[in-house]
Amino acid sequence: MPLVPVLHLLLALGCAPLLVSIVRRTKALVAGRTGQPLLQPYRDLWKLLQKGAVYSRTTTWVFRAGPVVGLAAVLTALLVMPFGGARALVAFPGDFLFFAYLLGLLRFFTVLAALDTGSSFEGMGASREVTFSALAEPALFLGLAVIARQTDSLSLSTMLSGVTAEMWRQYGPALVLVSIGFMIVFLTENARIPVDDPTTHLELTMIHEVMVLDHSGPDLAYITYGSALKLWILGALLVGILAPVRSGSLWLDSGVACAAMIGVAIVTGLIESSMARLRLLYVPQLLVGAGVLSALALMLVLR
Amino acid sequence: MTTWSDTALILLVLTDFSLLGSTRLGACIRFVAFQGVLLGVLTLTAHEEMLSLRSVTLAIISSGLKGAAFPWLLLRALQAANVRREIEPFVGYNLSLAIGTVALLASLWLSSRLPLPSPLVSPLLVPVALFTSFTGLFLIIARKKALTQVVGYLVMENGIYAFGVGTVPDTPLLVELGVLLDVFVAVFVMGIAVFHISRQFDHIDTDQLAVLKD
Repeated sequence: MPLVPVLHLLLALGCAPLLVSIVRRTKALVAGRTGQPLLQPYRDLWKLLQKGAVYSRTTTWVFRAGPVVGLAAVLTALLVMPFGGARALVAFPGDFLFFAYLLGLLRFFTVLAALDTGSSFEGMGASREVTFSALAEPALFLGLAVIARQTDSLSLSTMLSGVTAEMWRQYGPALVLVSIGFMIVFLTENARIPVDDPTTHLELTMIHEVMVLDHSGPDLAYITYGSALKLWILGALLVGILAPVRSGSLWLDSGVACAAMIGVAIVTGLIESSMARLRLLYVPQLLVGAGVLSALALMLVLR
Repeated sequence: MTTWSDTALILLVLTDFSLLGSTRLGACIRFVAFQGVLLGVLTLTAHEEMLSLRSVTLAIISSGLKGAAFPWLLLRALQAANVRREIEPFVGYNLSLAIGTVALLASLWLSSRLPLPSPLVSPLLVPVALFTSFTGLFLIIARKKALTQVVGYLVMENGIYAFGVGTVPDTPLLVELGVLLDVFVAVFVMGIAVFHISRQFDHIDTDQLAVLKD
């Protein structure tokens, strides 16, 4: 078993909640607050794991399976996502489809669990989640297609390690467009501000939060940890394009990737503090816009 | 690779998409102003090796007119007409973006079939110019407010201008200036017309004109 991917995997498993913490800290600092300690997400997870879960009598096994399957899906997705120019633990041609649909499986089970509660409120959140992620998918796939075409490979590991400074010099505009598209997908998929507000509990605006309202104890811990991992995974995708340092030295490459990860978290925090949440009617427009940017990038590299 | 003119052309495409997706009339006018400035940049980069007084003059006059004079006129008409945003267009905004993508594909295909005499500034130039003209045409037919239609007219002219600047290196300055003057007069007249229509009818919704009888 190769050592480097395992180290990267452990890094992701350990540091994903820290990423959430950095986003929160940035928001707090911009708003003039001190913010919670950096290790607070870990404490929350620990606290939740100590508790027992409460299940409504109207729910079935689907509701209990939701968080577990979701966490399993996102952990599997982590296996194929490379970090810092190194190969991922698992890599095969076409694994970017595998990756995208694992995230789809996570979403599917979150939605099913939400619908299983029978609450109309959760159904509303599920409907929004499905609409928006269906619109975010073309942007993700078209963007991945651009990179697949430029690197002549169908595996995330070779695709992301193929993005080099040389490629940036030659196809800079296309890569910038793809990055913007991915950034919008990143914010949408992680329920971040222009699309969804992760801190609010106002029924008009909630999307992701509303679907997990009925989960408690360890289930909620799985969901929280799963969404932190999702933030890490999609961040790693973005960083793979934006920080093309491929020197071959493990420490330099991983260090730059880690720094870029923190940068992405800080930028997310800044976006969240400087923007208002979009009205729900305008979110599809933003996502279609992201799709158009990716399509444009594809045309630029195909011509 | 002509990075500068390529960047200008991609920005041109992005402003086209912003125009297709934007509901705010003020924002639309600012996008068109930005397009005008971009065209000025394009004029300079297209004749990089022979930067003459002629092309500099043309760039300054065109970006002055398209980037400052027209937007100023239109913003004035906007304030007078007391409208802020386009509501209920004939074609919705998401559909407009989708149609825009198809139009971009079509213009890429069309430009690959088009025989052109001289080597171009950038292979992107012809598709982008065609796409900009299509966008303008689409804005004219798909929006209700007279102001957006004037904006569409300007965008269409921008596309033609980009085509001319990039393909023909020695268009007589006089011809270019003549075209610019035509557009200037047209926008001027339309600006005043919109202003007066809004005075007279307290809205500039062209759809309502369809029920007029003689």
